[in-house]
Amino acid sequence: MGTSAEVLQLFTGLVLALVGATLAASALRRWGKQTGRRAIIVQTLFARINAWWAMVVALSLAGLAGRLGIVLLFAIISFAALREFLTLTAKRRADHWMMMFAFFAALPLQYLLVYIGWVGLFTIFIPVYAFLFLPVLAAMRGDTSGFLSRVAETQWALMLCIFAASHVPALLWLDIPGFAGKQILLIAWLVIVVQAADIAHFVTPRLMGRTRIAPKVHHSRSWEGFLGALGTGTVVGTVLAWITPFAPWQAALLAIAVSVTGYAGGMVMSAIKRDKGVADWGHLIPGQGGFIDRLDSAVFAAPVLFHLVRYFFEGA
Amino acid sequence: MLRGLFAAIVGQALVVFVRLLTAPRAIWSGIEPIPRQRVYFANHTSNADFPTIWAVLPGFLRAQTRPVAASDYWLKSKVRAFFGRDVLNAVLINRDRENRDPSEDPVAMMVAAIDEGSSLIIFPEGLRNLTEEPVLAFKSGLFHLASARPEIDLVPTWIDNLNSVLPKGEVVPVPLICTVTFGTPMHIRPGEEKEIFLDRARLALAALGRERD
Repeated sequence: MGTSAEVLQLFTGLVLALVGATLAASALRRWGKQTGRRAIIVQTLFARINAWWAMVVALSLAGLAGRLGIVLLFAIISFAALREFLTLTAKRRADHWMMMFAFFAALPLQYLLVYIGWVGLFTIFIPVYAFLFLPVLAAMRGDTSGFLSRVAETQWALMLCIFAASHVPALLWLDIPGFAGKQILLIAWLVIVVQAADIAHFVTPRLMGRTRIAPKVHHSRSWEGFLGALGTGTVVGTVLAWITPFAPWQAALLAIAVSVTGYAGGMVMSAIKRDKGVADWGHLIPGQGGFIDRLDSAVFAAPVLFHLVRYFFEGA
Repeated sequence: MLRGLFAAIVGQALVVFVRLLTAPRAIWSGIEPIPRQRVYFANHTSNADFPTIWAVLPGFLRAQTRPVAASDYWLKSKVRAFFGRDVLNAVLINRDRENRDPSEDPVAMMVAAIDEGSSLIIFPEGLRNLTEEPVLAFKSGLFHLASARPEIDLVPTWIDNLNSVLPKGEVVPVPLICTVTFGTPMHIRPGEEKEIFLDRARLALAALGRERD
């Protein structure tokens, strides 16, 4: 993968933006009021900024290693996410074979298919073959109590943590005329739009109050947050049209799709967490919960972006 | 010397392996991770119980903490003996009441290890718990140990989720996240009877487990 001018400019821009954000947050911590809720908000801000640094560093290093690096990076992220998901769902001894299949067969196979660029198979491997094979595996173990929900939860884990997540590196294999070798910018665009929408969802309700969408799911999901996320995601996605193969209006429409699915994804994952009685998916990222907490939106948006771009922009 | 070095390397590798596999996390709910002599008594669901506790202990605690384990299991083969004796530095006790030598008295061996300054990890249920019961009845070893050294802290230690990582009868572990919760230390009361003390200890451990659910 060659480093094009856009990659370098984007990288420089991101590093500068993060340095600015770090300095601003430090200033807030140094001179701002440190009482109650404010202190918590500043802490959250710091944790977010650190997570972004980690994302930029990880993506850049993986990008330097080429396609294989990116695929491996997301395979590792998938592994961590799958571990968080299955920790919350699987509890019975009879689930063991399904979990072995998930970790040791489905995950490596899916990423192998992505790496060799077999689009026709990696887009159906988990929805079709894993879907049909999992219940067989569970039935062979003979334990039928809670059979359907056990199989369904495991299939959900596969769909979200492996299948959907693997569509992020899969963006590298999109064959867009005039964009060859620069597909990593699509990944950067997706991650930036989703993160911008995420932070707007966090900030807007604090500025404008909140009208809850579904109070039972999560207290932070509000219409103000949704509109803030949608607006910010769309603006950022459009402004960044120069790193994509899209015209600004096309980038705007795609950014809307990404922001909406991303926001919806976060809400679905909140509902699952609420059902399982936890606040966060894990503890791997200090102050940020688990991997899934940071990636839920990107995971939902990635397959949608992949197929939209594939349908509308890929060369004949 | 070489054997010791090799054991230390294998021990470190074991810690790294456990961390990669189960990303275990310590929850210090009743005690702080400070160098103080303790007896950790834990629920027993899998052979990986001890390595997991070991992996969440900070290095300076790990070096002075020894598991108490059954010699009939750990001395069965050379590999197991190497792990049990050299890597884990276990206090190996003989469960065969009928045929063991008087010098192999388990309580005396545990007390000796305490007097040397070691902390101990014991699984007072005696065998792996494969039932739906959260905690099985305790064997009397904990009582005799507590009677012999009543001043030492007995820390209930709840290991969560390991039975899903490697259920009994399975060979291949799956990577799920585990937690180890250290509860509030308890001590034997003067004149406390065996059954009452063991029940109190078991309930303390079960309560710690319920907190996690």
